Amino acid sequence: MNKIFEIPLYPYARHPDQDAATPVRRKVVIVGAGPVGLAAAIDLAQQGIEAVIVDENDRVSFGSRAICFAKRTLEIADRLGCGTPLVEKGVQWNLGKVFFDERKVYDFNLLPEGGHRRPAFINLQQYYFEEYLVNRLRALESEGAPVSIRGGSKVTSIENRGDHVSLVVKTPEGPYTLEADWLIACDGAASPTRQILGLDFVGRVFEDNFLIADVIMDAEFPTERWFWFDPPFNKGQSALLHKQPDGVWRIDLQLGWNIDKEKEKKPENVIPRLKAMLGEEVNFELEWVSIYTFQCRRMEHFRHGRVLFAGDSAHQVSPFGARGANSGLQDTDNLIWKLKLVIDGEAKDNLLDTYDVERVYGADENILNSSRSTDFITPKSEQSRIFRDAVLDLSEHFAFARPLVNSGRLSMPCTYDASPLNTSDTLTEAPARARPGSPCPDAPIGSGFLLDQLGKGFTLLALNAEAPASVSIGGIEARTLSIATTKELAERYLGAATSAVYLIRPDQHVAARWAQFDETAVKSALARACGKDL
Amino acid sequence: MTNLILTPNLPRADDTYADLLAAHEGLSKAESDALNARLILVLMNHIGDQAIIREALKAARLERESA
Repeated sequence: MNKIFEIPLYPYARHPDQDAATPVRRKVVIVGAGPVGLAAAIDLAQQGIEAVIVDENDRVSFGSRAICFAKRTLEIADRLGCGTPLVEKGVQWNLGKVFFDERKVYDFNLLPEGGHRRPAFINLQQYYFEEYLVNRLRALESEGAPVSIRGGSKVTSIENRGDHVSLVVKTPEGPYTLEADWLIACDGAASPTRQILGLDFVGRVFEDNFLIADVIMDAEFPTERWFWFDPPFNKGQSALLHKQPDGVWRIDLQLGWNIDKEKEKKPENVIPRLKAMLGEEVNFELEWVSIYTFQCRRMEHFRHGRVLFAGDSAHQVSPFGARGANSGLQDTDNLIWKLKLVIDGEAKDNLLDTYDVERVYGADENILNSSRSTDFITPKSEQSRIFRDAVLDLSEHFAFARPLVNSGRLSMPCTYDASPLNTSDTLTEAPARARPGSPCPDAPIGSGFLLDQLGKGFTLLALNAEAPASVSIGGIEARTLSIATTKELAERYLGAATSAVYLIRPDQHVAARWAQFDETAVKSALARACGKDL
Repeated sequence: MTNLILTPNLPRADDTYADLLAAHEGLSKAESDALNARLILVLMNHIGDQAIIREALKAARLERESA
């Protein structure tokens, strides 16, 4: 077979650090080579900051796992130089069907807004996502960027020593001590880093189990998201069918709480369930089966001195809405530019506290949305089931009820409305979607797209307004992007305003906006966006 | 902001009330519960105002209006 997840991509190899007389100090050590850790390493490496990933395994993850990657994640991947292979391999979809009991109650079209480089979502197995990020990291490494992955390397001890972190890394040839100026823990829901440091992780555990299966079949199912409430083949529970690349279909079957996990995972029990769902005549092969229970919870804080938590290690959500990996990518997108300013001495280290503030806010939004989906899919009381069924019955007949059907509110990027890095909005007649704190909406410009021009440091976007080529405070520069106002730019950035100047952060979020360029105002907003007012 | 109307507002109150009872006639408890749930959702959508619906929920809980 030789599937990508069976090939060691970063096998253990002895590193000179293991033979050093005194522990070697690295700039940033990242624990975990999943989607989040890889993204963090690529982002650092692109900016010339040394990043070492340590991971106890040596290959991409087994099974499809996170399969749904949202537009914002693809935009971040574009900034990281690896968006195109993801989109080329991924399956794009806009159509969905909702079934209740034995009947289809309605279908939907996500009808994505035009004029964006990337689609609303792609379906792609996590192992491909990781493979393409590993490829990008290797390309940077071969160009001489200070980045590497050490496989077969398990962190067994961590000491947060104030001005650095000291780690013990266990390898097949024995342990060694490694030091890091900064440590980013991207080691997943069961985060050994979190456990070693004895940190909290509180929240709600949902008493439910899901069987997830990757099935290879040549079937006539269209490229759509199909979701069943209470289907005849899984009475009282739910089911999901979604297409992935290579003729692999992802099936999620809710099993309920009191089950024997090992027994349910056996092919002789899985196959009859799938046959009942797909039809007796469909030929399929099981690629991967897993059972999971999920939780909605987060750490109280994502920053602990020089240790920063990102992705599932910091927060977990239910899978409905694809808010796990997608929010993890938003974490590193938020973190890395701040870490760079701190490492370069351009900002005080309390800028990193705003990583905590902004991403805790994002995690709470994701937990709220995914908990609500879970409460709709698995009603917790007789009365909530009555309302849930009423919504589904009404949705078959009346359009008004369809927005109430909640089989997952698909991941949208977070707007940091209350961020201390924002300068209050002085251009309220411009669209709310581009207010301070928002991720910049994409728009076509010339032969390319706006977002491709943003993200290399701070940008001043000037629309129908004059501005100097750049503005600096200390060593931090915002470079001006003056472009002709197109229909989409006017729609997304001007609204009722006739001109605008936007200050945009390196993570493509709006920090401030004005009708015209004003040097004092721009400098003050730039300083604020770098945490000078904290 | 419009307020929730808590004074008499149905022109033919007895008729409308009779319509409500008639809709439930002959239904089992489960069917009646489902009908009520659908009715609440239909009316909520018609009102289309979160503040009014929150006031209505308060009134339904027999909570007094705060001064």
